[in-house]
Amino acid sequence: MSQPQKQHLIDPEICIRCYTCEMTCPVEAIVHDDSNVVVDFDKCNFCMDCIPVCPTGSIDEWRVVETPYSVEDQFSWMELPEQQDFGPAGSGVDTSIEALDEQMAALLAEAHSGAGGKSKAPASASKPSVNLYTIGKPAEATVQGNYQLTAEGADSDVRHIILDFDGHPFPVLEGQSIGIIPPGTDDNGKPHLPRLYSVSSPRDGERPNYNNLSLTVKREPNGVCSNYVCDLKVGDKVQVTGPFGATFLMPDDPDAKLLMICTGTGSAPFRAFTMRRQRNAAGRSGGMTLFFGARTPQSLPYFGPLKKVPETMLRKHLVFSRIEGEPKQYVQDKLREEAATVGDLLKDPNAYIYICGLRSMEEGVESAFADIARRNGLNWTDVRNGMREEGRYHVETY
Amino acid sequence: MLDLINVSYDTQIPNNVGLSSDKRVLKALEKWHPGYINWWNDLIPENFQQSLVYLRTAVSVDPKGWAKFDYVKMPEYRWGVLLAPQVEGRRIPCGEHAGEPAWQEVPGEYRALMRRLIVIQGDTEPASVEQQRFLGLTAPSLYDMRNLFQVNVEEGRHLWAMVYLLHKYFGADGREEADDLLRRQSGSEEAPRMLGAFNEETPDWLSFFMFTYFTDRDGKMQLESLAQSGFDPLSRTCRFMLTEEAHHMFVGETGVGRTIERTCQVMNENGIEDPYDTDRIRALGVIDLPTIQKKLNLHYTLSLDLFGQEVSTNAANAFNAGIKGRYMESRLDDDHKLTGDTYKVLDVDGDRIITRDVPALTAINMRLRDDYTRDASGGVGRWNKIIEKAGIQFEMKLPHESFNRKIGVFADKLFNPDGEHVTGAEYDEGMKNWLPTHADGDFIQSLMKPEREPGKYASWIAPPKVGINNKPGDFEYVKLHMA
Repeated sequence: MSQPQKQHLIDPEICIRCYTCEMTCPVEAIVHDDSNVVVDFDKCNFCMDCIPVCPTGSIDEWRVVETPYSVEDQFSWMELPEQQDFGPAGSGVDTSIEALDEQMAALLAEAHSGAGGKSKAPASASKPSVNLYTIGKPAEATVQGNYQLTAEGADSDVRHIILDFDGHPFPVLEGQSIGIIPPGTDDNGKPHLPRLYSVSSPRDGERPNYNNLSLTVKREPNGVCSNYVCDLKVGDKVQVTGPFGATFLMPDDPDAKLLMICTGTGSAPFRAFTMRRQRNAAGRSGGMTLFFGARTPQSLPYFGPLKKVPETMLRKHLVFSRIEGEPKQYVQDKLREEAATVGDLLKDPNAYIYICGLRSMEEGVESAFADIARRNGLNWTDVRNGMREEGRYHVETY
Repeated sequence: MLDLINVSYDTQIPNNVGLSSDKRVLKALEKWHPGYINWWNDLIPENFQQSLVYLRTAVSVDPKGWAKFDYVKMPEYRWGVLLAPQVEGRRIPCGEHAGEPAWQEVPGEYRALMRRLIVIQGDTEPASVEQQRFLGLTAPSLYDMRNLFQVNVEEGRHLWAMVYLLHKYFGADGREEADDLLRRQSGSEEAPRMLGAFNEETPDWLSFFMFTYFTDRDGKMQLESLAQSGFDPLSRTCRFMLTEEAHHMFVGETGVGRTIERTCQVMNENGIEDPYDTDRIRALGVIDLPTIQKKLNLHYTLSLDLFGQEVSTNAANAFNAGIKGRYMESRLDDDHKLTGDTYKVLDVDGDRIITRDVPALTAINMRLRDDYTRDASGGVGRWNKIIEKAGIQFEMKLPHESFNRKIGVFADKLFNPDGEHVTGAEYDEGMKNWLPTHADGDFIQSLMKPEREPGKYASWIAPPKVGINNKPGDFEYVKLHMA
């Protein structure tokens, strides 16, 4: 039996046939006839160059298929076919598939788009499980704890939520996400779709060898799911899908150097990475460096516990943009200050870069990297693309 | 070594042309910049200038960097000079120099011709922003308002692109032309914009959508032909502009499509089958399909005039000199010189429309216009699918090229939209069914009520199928500044 594979498609009902994607595609995988513009499965290498140039959003469509749709099939379409149902998939599936249901896959594809091409997992990363639980068949978890991470009176409310899965297997790796289905219906009377949250605990559980995990969730004004999660009480039952994500993972190599850059709740996976190394390898570590931005120390999640992690384990650069009487500082400013060590990491074949947080941080971080690369006589785009191809450059922004 | 992919921010102007090491041009542009900012600030109503708009900004020309989305105040938008990456060993694609290495500097003999083409292209960019300046006040949703402003800032960037070429390659003459681009004003008595179609105010949103669909598509075809230029910097500029131009096509096609969709939906909800039951349909707050067809007739025919005379020696000279190519020149399979070839053009013989073969070289305009018509008919077909899906008996059509023309062989001749010659009396009688009347304009104007709640749309237009950058339906595309 053939393995399910991911196929890139274009929505013929939304496409305006401007052919910009066709002109952009570096491998000529996109072709058109008088009716449709389509992607040739045999040629597309998922470089994602066509995604941002599309003016309509019709190009960001994905299906997991057993037999790919041919170019001729696609020419005849008036609308996109539905996603086939595959049910849960174990670790046997093509490991580049981040999720088997299209909405989650699209969300992750967008979150990872800042990497500038198809994301790849580190070669040594453990193999993730994806889609064990779906909207139709979610897992039920019980809330074990809900702690406020930000100080009273801080300008944001960030929560540390612990979920227990009781007897249901729910294997996650550091860097993976889970979906939470808020109860109730949307304006159109349809059940809410799950929202994705990155797991902030390591693979053996928030508490070692307990079947639980933790999330880091910020309350958003009018956020349907974030308010639901932030208001959860111990003992409440929660509907969970996932796990999702197959590329934003850590290398299984204690000597690998990790450079982690985040803002706000983007710290969740890096808490998991750090705890994984603390618990495993008895603290042995090729070195981890964290650049963490927040408005104030009071609004920086895990500010207290983070300070207790020894510098030998994790070099910490905490930067704040709203401290009274001090100039605003952002992660990219700190990166530039640390240009020498960051430059060394860009040249190190065993260094891995992870960026997680708000979409708006991407550009500043990229331009800091470009400057640092230039000073080291490197071209950032080449460095980035090379690292990404080797599974050493990861972006998850939202 | 210049970094051609990563835009340098060490100067006032984001660019990938090494401006910081080109002191002469940098100085000229920095001198031009304040006038540009004044032009922009005088143009767009103040409270929109202060509003945060969810805009796409190009920060570099690789596919990843050219579409960064974030909230921006329009006067702080980073208008930059971005050229598509240089193609190694590119050659002049057409005309008598075909096959020679592409020019990196302007050849002296073509200087005047080239400057004129760049100025004409450059003049249309600020003109359309001027024509659309008041539309923000009546936007049917925040989504549409954002799309309008995206179109506006990108037209602004296109002006920058042309001004860069003038400053970089045309010396003192170029600087003077660049200043004049800010001096002329759409609709001005003393100093109007160069092309007629760019001196009319865009009065309402349906006109805006038709304008972006039909008139910006002329712009797209002109850019396509300049993207084939043997003058490499011009070609590279236009190639990058085309990527942005696709957004304008999108705004036009989906804007008209959503208007049609809403009309069909309301007709069905109210059991109206006859698309010509105008009074009942209009009373429900939507635009009847025949009126939409009339707007289509108007904007399509105005846009055809922008292609100039069917047979033109200027166009032949530009092609022969390798300054302008044909649409998709590099994909065409001929000698790219057109020395012995002919092309069919329409002409008038008494009351009859005939086709005649003329030397292909002189029919460059006609050929581009034919390519345009083919390109424009695609969206009309997709609009008809919306009507068909709603089960309504009506079909949108492009009128015949002879109808309502002011330039070319059909200028001021009496043809109806089917391309039949009619008498003066028949023409006068027909016109009210063929082109929008003042009464139609008044009716459309009466629907132009602003809707400023996120996720809500005015009565006459359907919401889009997908949000910008995949944003959800109630996303606040513009955070309005309440003065």
